[in-house]
Amino acid sequence: MNIFFILLPRFSSRAILIKMSKTIKLKRGFDINLAGKPDKKISSSTPSETYAIKPTDFPNITRPKLLVNEGDTVKAGSPLLYDKFMEDVMFCSPVSGEVVEIKRGEKRKLLEVKVLADKEIVYEDYKKFSPSDVAGLSREDAIAAMVKGGVWPNIIQRPYGLVADPSSEPKAIFISGFDSNPLAPDLAFQLDDKAQYFQSGLDVLKKMTSGKVHLNINGQAEVAQVFSQATGVEINKISGQHPAGNVGVQIHHLDPINKGDIVWTVTPYGVAQIGQLFIEGKYDASKLIAVTGSEVKDPAYVKTYVGAQVGKLAGDKVSGTNLRFISGNPLTGENVGQEGYLGFYHGQVTVIPEGDYEEFLGWLKPSATKLSFHKALGLLSFLNKKKEYVVDTNTHGEDRPFVVTGAFEEVLPMDILPTYLFKAILAEDFDDMEALGIFELVEEDVAICEFIDPSKHELQKLLRQGIDLIKNN
Amino acid sequence: MKALQNLFDNLKPNFEKGGKWEKFYTLYEGHRTIVFAPDSTTSNTGTQIKDAVDLKRVMITVVIAMIPALIFGMWNVGHQHFIATGEEATLLAKFGIGAMKVVPILIVSYAVGLATEFVFCVVRNHPISEGYLVTGMLIGLIMPATIPLWQVALATIFAVVIGKEAFGGTGMNILNVALTARAFLYFAYPGQISGDVWTYFGDKQPVDGFSGATVLAYGASAVSNGTDMMQDMAGHWYDGMFSFWNMFLGIIPGSIGETSVVMILIGALILVFTNVGSWKIIVSVFAGAYAMGLLFNAVGGNSYMMLPAHFHLVAGGLAFGAVFMATDPVSAAQTETGKWIYGFMIGILTVLIRVLNPAYPEGIMLAILFMNVFAPLIDYYVVDANKKRRLKRATI
Repeated sequence: MNIFFILLPRFSSRAILIKMSKTIKLKRGFDINLAGKPDKKISSSTPSETYAIKPTDFPNITRPKLLVNEGDTVKAGSPLLYDKFMEDVMFCSPVSGEVVEIKRGEKRKLLEVKVLADKEIVYEDYKKFSPSDVAGLSREDAIAAMVKGGVWPNIIQRPYGLVADPSSEPKAIFISGFDSNPLAPDLAFQLDDKAQYFQSGLDVLKKMTSGKVHLNINGQAEVAQVFSQATGVEINKISGQHPAGNVGVQIHHLDPINKGDIVWTVTPYGVAQIGQLFIEGKYDASKLIAVTGSEVKDPAYVKTYVGAQVGKLAGDKVSGTNLRFISGNPLTGENVGQEGYLGFYHGQVTVIPEGDYEEFLGWLKPSATKLSFHKALGLLSFLNKKKEYVVDTNTHGEDRPFVVTGAFEEVLPMDILPTYLFKAILAEDFDDMEALGIFELVEEDVAICEFIDPSKHELQKLLRQGIDLIKNN
Repeated sequence: MKALQNLFDNLKPNFEKGGKWEKFYTLYEGHRTIVFAPDSTTSNTGTQIKDAVDLKRVMITVVIAMIPALIFGMWNVGHQHFIATGEEATLLAKFGIGAMKVVPILIVSYAVGLATEFVFCVVRNHPISEGYLVTGMLIGLIMPATIPLWQVALATIFAVVIGKEAFGGTGMNILNVALTARAFLYFAYPGQISGDVWTYFGDKQPVDGFSGATVLAYGASAVSNGTDMMQDMAGHWYDGMFSFWNMFLGIIPGSIGETSVVMILIGALILVFTNVGSWKIIVSVFAGAYAMGLLFNAVGGNSYMMLPAHFHLVAGGLAFGAVFMATDPVSAAQTETGKWIYGFMIGILTVLIRVLNPAYPEGIMLAILFMNVFAPLIDYYVVDANKKRRLKRATI
C-alpha cells in the first residue's frame, strides 16, 4: 500500500519514460529543524595542524595493513594503509607532511594515522587525462587509477554499506544531490572549486556500470547548475521531508535492491574528487566543511582537508563549555570530541550542548522549547514548525521495550516495516531479516526512526549488528 | 529541587553494587526517574539527539485522556445512587458518593498493581516500566462501583502476573492487562460483576419498581421472553433512561468509566490528536459494530436483532473498549493494515456476542481479548504480504 506514496506525475507515460528521469514525491518523513544552519559563505579558521585517517570510518576495514611508520614523510595522496581483504584499495593521506602518530586502541586495534601537515601541500603525482581521454578510458584502467589514487573509498556498495569491491559490477550507481539531515550542508556549494571536475567524475562512473547512473536532485529547491546541467545521467527529482535526501530512500523508489543485487552510491564530493584525480592527476582532499550547530556563532563553511581536527574547525566561534563536538550531522554523526578528527565521509561539524542534567518532572512538564515528532501531552513543537530548536544530547527517557506502533512507518518513506525488521535482527532470524528488506538499508536510513523512538533504542547500531550477521553468514 | 536531588544522591550508595539494598536498585532508579528525567546522554555513535517524548509521556497522555470519563463516572455513580433511592441531591453530594466508591477502587488497583510490578522488577532486575500508569486507571474504570475491594486486588494481581509479567513485562503481553483483570472477575466471581450490580445503594432501599438492568440486559431478557426490546426500554421505571441521547451522555447504570460516550469521545480526541491511540482502530471498531448491527436489522428474527444499529454504539462498554482498550498498542495489531482488520473484527464480534449469546450480555471484553489473541495472526499476513511484494519485485 505504500506504493501509493509514490505519486508519479499524471502524464508520466511516454514523454518521461523517454527521458527516463523520475519525479518522486515522498509524503512521509520528518524535518528536524535545528538552530545553527550554515550560511552559504566561507569563513576563515586557523588551519588544523594534524589530519587523521581513521580505519574505523570504513566498516569493511577489518585487518588494516599500515604502509607507513611514525616519522615517515608523505605527500597528499600517498597511500597510508590498505585492508588485507581488499589489497588494491589504498587509503591515502589527505595532506603532505610527517606521520606523527599511529594511535591504537584495545587489542592494538588501529584507530588513527595522524599526519602533521606541511605549510604548503605537496601532491603525489598520478596520471593526468584530458576530458576527452577520460571518455576513451577502459573500465579496468579507470578502476586501477581510482583504487591507487585514494578516491575509491568514496564509492559505497549496497547492500551492507561498505567500501565497494572493485571486482564487482553494480546494476546502477546513485548520487544524492542533496542532504536532508538536520543542519546539513548544501552539497553543491560544498563542491566549491571542485565543481569543474564533477562532470568528468560522472563520466568515469558511467564506465563502472552497464546500468544507469542516477543523480537525484531536490525537487523543492533551486538546483545548482553543476547538477542540473550534468549529462549522461538520469536526473531524478525527489521531494519530501527528511529522509528524502538519503540515497537509500531514493534507491528504494527508483530501482530497489533485491537479493543478489549490488548498487553503488557516491556523494557529489566523491564524484568531483574522482573527476579531479583524472583531470589534475592528484588526490585532492581539500573540502569545504560546514561548521554548524546551536553553539556556533555565525555558522558557515570553512576550507580544510578531509580528516581535519574538529575543534580547530570550530575554532573560536564556539562559546560555552560542556559541549558535544560531532563529526557529521546530529543524526548519523559521531561524538569525536574537540580533539577528535573529522570522519572520512563527513562534510560537517556540529556543536550542540551536552544534556547531562536531570530535569524535575521532565517527562511531564509541558514545553514549547523541546523538539518532538510526536504530540504527546505538552509537547508543543508541532505548533511551530518554522521555529529552529536548540536540542541537546539528553536522551529524554530510558531504554524500554517496543510499545508504540506505527510511528516508524510515518517517518520512513519506504515500503519497509521497521519494527518487524528490528525484531528479526534481535531474534537473529536471517530469513526474516532478508525478507523484510535489510539489504535496502544502512544506518543513516533508520536514523530518523532512532530519533523519534519513544523507547530510546539504538536502532542504527542494531541495524549494523543485523547487517554484520547476514554478511558474515 | 537541589534538596531532592541531594536526598536521592545520599540514598544512592545503598542501592549501588555492594550497598545494603543493592537488590532494590531498580526501585531506586524507578522513583528517581519519576521525579527527575534522567541525565543520560546519547552514545558516541548513533543519533546524537533524541526526540523529547518517552514512554512515560505517552502513558500519561492516555491517563489524561481517561480523566473526563473518570470524573463523569464519579458523578454518575452518585447520580445513579440517588435516583435509585429516590432522593434529590446536589452535584456535590453525588460527587461525594461517587468519590467514596471510586477512589478506593483506584487506590487498590494502583497500590496492588504497582507492588506486584515492583516485586517482579526486583526479582527479574528489570527497570520499572510505566505501562501500569495506564493499566491501573483502566482497571478502576471498568469495574462496577459496588465491586468488593479485595476482588479488585485479586484481579489486579492475576492480571499483572499472568497477563503481563509471565510474558516478560511491558511490551511483551499478548492480552490487554486490564481486560485480563476484568475477565478474571467475570469468570471467577460472576456474582459481583454481572447482574444487578451497577447501582450503589449503601444502606438505603431502592425505590419501588427499581431495576438496575443495563440496556444489554434488556436485550437478553427481551430475547428470552419474546418481548419487544424497544418497548421494554421505553417502559423503564425511570423515564427516558434508555433514550439514545441519555445513553450517549452516559447517565445510565454501568461500569464506572464506560457509560458516557461523550466523555469517552473527548478522550478519543486527545488520543487521536496526540497520535497516541490509533484512529484506525477506534473508527473500525465503531464501523464493525454498526455494520453488524445493520446486518442483524436486515436479517431480523427477534427484537434484539432489530435494535437500531446506532444503539449498539452507545450501549455497554463498546465506546470505552474501542477507545481505551482496543488501542493498546502492545496487544493490538501492530501493522497499519492490520489495525483496520483488528478493529473491525472487534466491532463485529462485540455485537455478535451481545445479540446471539445469552450467557454474556456484554461482548466488548471478550471480543477484544479474542482479537488480542488473533492480532499476531493478522499481522503475520500483513507482514507476509510485505515480504511477498519484495520477492515479487526481485523476479520482475
